[in-house]
Amino acid sequence: MAAGLSAVDASPATTSPQPEPRQARPARGRKQHLLDFADWSREELMALLDTTDVMAQVLTRTIKKVPALQGMTVATLFFEDSTRTRLSFDRAARAQSADVMSFAAGGSSLAKGESLRDTLRTLDQLQADLYVVRHPVAGVPYQLTRWTDAAIVNAGDGRRAHPTQALLDAYTFRQRFGGGASAFEGKRLAIVGDVEHSRVARSNAELFTKLGAEVVLCGPATLLPREFAALPGVSVTHRLEEAVEGADAVMALRLQQERMTRGLLPSLAEYVARYQLTERVMRSAAEGAIVMHPGPLVRDLEVASDVADGERSVIEQQVANGVPVRMAVLYTLLVGQR
Amino acid sequence: MPNPSVDHPNLTFKASLMSATEMERALKRIAHEIVERNKGVANLGLVGIHTRGVPVAERLARYLKKFEGTQPPVGKLDITLYRDDLTEIALQPIVRKTEVDFDVHGMRIVLCDDVLYTGRTARAALDALIDMGRPASIQYAVIVDRGHRELPIRADYVGKNVPTSAAEVVQVKLAEIDEEDGVELWERA
Repeated sequence: MAAGLSAVDASPATTSPQPEPRQARPARGRKQHLLDFADWSREELMALLDTTDVMAQVLTRTIKKVPALQGMTVATLFFEDSTRTRLSFDRAARAQSADVMSFAAGGSSLAKGESLRDTLRTLDQLQADLYVVRHPVAGVPYQLTRWTDAAIVNAGDGRRAHPTQALLDAYTFRQRFGGGASAFEGKRLAIVGDVEHSRVARSNAELFTKLGAEVVLCGPATLLPREFAALPGVSVTHRLEEAVEGADAVMALRLQQERMTRGLLPSLAEYVARYQLTERVMRSAAEGAIVMHPGPLVRDLEVASDVADGERSVIEQQVANGVPVRMAVLYTLLVGQR
Repeated sequence: MPNPSVDHPNLTFKASLMSATEMERALKRIAHEIVERNKGVANLGLVGIHTRGVPVAERLARYLKKFEGTQPPVGKLDITLYRDDLTEIALQPIVRKTEVDFDVHGMRIVLCDDVLYTGRTARAALDALIDMGRPASIQYAVIVDRGHRELPIRADYVGKNVPTSAAEVVQVKLAEIDEEDGVELWERA
């Protein structure tokens, strides 16, 4: 019983009255979800990053598995293509001994005309404790919270949010700049590219400002909604040099080339000339600044090859951090919420 | 120093079980017993269970160095992810880092904690340790054994055996965490 008096008041009447190590936050009346960061306090988010540290350490052991979520079931519901996100949630659940069910919209009864609600009702009979949901329509994960008692994790809904991507970006950032509650204080993140269509940009802007950093959004006028400038801690610019100057981290967004056909971009060559992250442009960033990219990376389009492979690049760490971050999210949502 | 009457209004003080001096003597005796049982400190590693098992392990390691000239490595173990009640608890325990920087494989490990009660923490710690490798043996040292086991677990080294009731709380205080040493018995209101 590795605890002292300090935990006594918080200790519920379980089998062991001896105080347990649970300097914990109180349970909420309902299951908690991760839809975006609106319901999450800065302290809760920092605690999530701390838990990620522990999970990352678990993944370095010979036996990369802990029994924490034994007997729980995580269902992944992907109504939109994804390999990495789905696989890393899968791995995150299994590394904590949860069972995993996978549902891909393509080969499902949805294709046969079943409604989303009926699909979820059917799946609920399989008793999942948590659903990981990706859907092309914004707000679907929120809608699902009204139809099930299980916890919901948003793995990307339309252009709206992709919170676990933002969390792994923040974790990667903190890893590079050092721990502490003030890791984000006074720091600046520049997000460059197709901001308009990017749920990654929205979630990162929300998260980094919440954690105390400043965010600059940068892109061509057609891909940069002005209303972002109204958000606290967020500014916008069309000039890459202005965004990068003094930034501690520069995140290039994936250029969704399907946008080209709608005339939002004059040409790829012009985009590359004005917005590609190059060694030259990165020189004006803060000392030790890092370069991020949510992937998949198209070389020499959003980021010049030498930058992507260079010292500043943390692109590989971002991918590696996906699993421990999602482990922390699953742990946080599933344990202690009964 | 924390003031339990303010911080813990549901608890009333009953008795002091061990003074700082008594605790120090008990830990020194345990260190001697460890040396005796293991015929020295070769191949020995100490692992403290978060939170208060950590200073227990560190202190034992210092005594072992004093008595035998060699300080065995010390690790910290967080057992949260191995608890058997994670699916039923209402509060989320904060997980902390496990830091065992030596290879436990083939070593004699002495698991250290402050209080042995139901045995569930020790059970979780055994699983956590074994996931890191295959120790030659695992021994268990605690400052207080208060009885009420719920699992077939016993300690190899005990500072003091204290019969308690389930309504009582044993508080081991360690200077590294609590600013002073001692063991106290409290009762729930």
